[in-house]
Amino acid sequence: MTSQAQVRRLLSLVPYLREHDGAAVADVAAAFGISPKTLRADLGVLWMCGMPGLSPGDLIDIDMDAVDGEGVIHLSNADYLTRPLRLTADEALALVLALRTLREIAGPDQRAATDRALAKLEAAAGTAPTGSASVNVTSATEDVRATLADALQRGRRLDLTYDTATRDETTQRLVDPLRLFVLDGYGYLEAWCYRAEGLRTFRLDRIAAASVTEAPVEPHDVELADLTAGWAGSMAHAPLVSVELSREAAWVAEYYPTETTTTVDGGSVVATFRVTDPAWLRHLLLRLGGSARVLSPDGAGDAAAEAAQEALAAYAALDATA
Amino acid sequence: MAPRKTERIVNLTIALLVAGRYLPKSRIRELVEGYHGLTDAAFERTFERDKDELRALGVPIEVGGFDPLFEDEAGYRILPSEFSLPPIELDAEEASVVGVAARVWQHASMAESTQSAMAKLRAAGVEPDPSALAALEPSVQATEAAFGPLWTAVLERVRVRFTYRDQSVRTLEPWGMTSRRGRWYVVGRDVDRDATRMFKLSRISDLPAAVSRPGAFDAPEGLDLRALAASLDPREPTAEALLAVRPGKAPSLTRRGRRAEVLPDLAWPADGYEGWWVGYGSLPGMAEEVAGHGADVLVVEPADLRAGVVDRLRAVAGRAPVEAR
Repeated sequence: MTSQAQVRRLLSLVPYLREHDGAAVADVAAAFGISPKTLRADLGVLWMCGMPGLSPGDLIDIDMDAVDGEGVIHLSNADYLTRPLRLTADEALALVLALRTLREIAGPDQRAATDRALAKLEAAAGTAPTGSASVNVTSATEDVRATLADALQRGRRLDLTYDTATRDETTQRLVDPLRLFVLDGYGYLEAWCYRAEGLRTFRLDRIAAASVTEAPVEPHDVELADLTAGWAGSMAHAPLVSVELSREAAWVAEYYPTETTTTVDGGSVVATFRVTDPAWLRHLLLRLGGSARVLSPDGAGDAAAEAAQEALAAYAALDATA
Repeated sequence: MAPRKTERIVNLTIALLVAGRYLPKSRIRELVEGYHGLTDAAFERTFERDKDELRALGVPIEVGGFDPLFEDEAGYRILPSEFSLPPIELDAEEASVVGVAARVWQHASMAESTQSAMAKLRAAGVEPDPSALAALEPSVQATEAAFGPLWTAVLERVRVRFTYRDQSVRTLEPWGMTSRRGRWYVVGRDVDRDATRMFKLSRISDLPAAVSRPGAFDAPEGLDLRALAASLDPREPTAEALLAVRPGKAPSLTRRGRRAEVLPDLAWPADGYEGWWVGYGSLPGMAEEVAGHGADVLVVEPADLRAGVVDRLRAVAGRAPVEAR
């Protein structure tokens, strides 16, 4: 840890401890996102700080016996540090963007609270350029978001009209909502699906309609994935498919998560993908026309070729009747 | 030793905060114990570095008040009103959304910035309840290597130079950054072209380097990043296609279309298909989208779109190892 980060923390720690006299070491450490050991070291430094002159009466007073004994913190003699340092532009913008991201999946009440919090933060941040960055989230309509928030809050089952991407059709299903999240710019609902009898993730912009039912959600024995690893964790067991993408299709390797990418002569790219659903690959290959070619495994491109042949046969029939 | 250094910088901060007037450098040297025992040169170096570190943290150190008793010597002070976070009071609901926001960034240094902002808010009396809104997990990723340097450059208004798409070196005055579909873009004035440009961070092939001092330019007033980013969306429809769609299939197309009530004088749609009018802005883009649906969606008209789809299908069908039937 740099001393700069420590200085920054100490300048917040002093006013915090003044406001929370007798706070437990463990609670303070948790609030500041540090270990109790780091907090103990911080207190050791603070204890040596104070008014110029540095006679014992000038120093910040911390009851170290209480820290090491009962594990609580009493700090006094720091009347000049009653307020934390103002937010830097970096801190203000990081927090504002985080709130704006939350706003995109929130229901009406949380959204109103977010707007109020944003206004207060922007006022407190003064001249910080909070307009210098934005995050766009592909989310649900306002109506659908309100319905999801209501069902989550009241613990009610949802009736969803959902356009599945891979099967390419509209489905109706009952689900018990568990959480709403944003990953890589898209909002999702994670829920127990009664139709699939398992945990499913629904992209918010593909939820065409949602209504809250009177049924309460049931307890389900499921473990929600840790999202900090992105999609990688949930796709780790899917088979690998290697595809050669010509220059005009090279964007695919940027758009979808890849395991490896290699640029070859002329700007084409060889990329390997984890394919959880063969229908996704078929759809992708059809879209890209001839600009993508499956290298391995054998047969991974057959479904797309067969679908193309079926479509061409239908066009031939159309021409015959025209 | 790091703790000694932290101690010295905190003591310097307190000394400048409580002085109530400009303190000459020589007086600071006496007051702050950490400067005792240093040679003149070592003191100068250390004091300059300490000031830089405090300014980097956002501590407003003012210079002025040349004291006649200390000829030409600059004085320093920190005004408590400039130092302190203005009062901010959040109700329970507001505090809980801020608590959720604290976990949003999945990028090490941005997460650290949020953490430090939260520490200040807590010190100002905000008490977020981490258990409220537990079912909400918004997140922002920034995996592009260029993100960190560009973020700093935007905030400090520093001109940057980078290589784009492995071929051209660009010099940019970065005005702002925007994320769309999980990918980051930087917007600004391309200095060599003297034009507004947007760059996708994943296509920057080196680390952007600062090539000016901070504050080298001003971003335009009322910069609307959302509007600029909207130019990345598909174009507004300019034409309409008549499609034959298998019932219930391809909702992504039919949701933005309308059922064809009256069909052209054709023996179409054939059995098992419905007619839909769907607008599109780009012919190649629409051909790509329709081809993706295989035999579930067929183009009845216009002919050029149909030809585009058929070409794509032929290219894919030719890849079959054996004739399917």
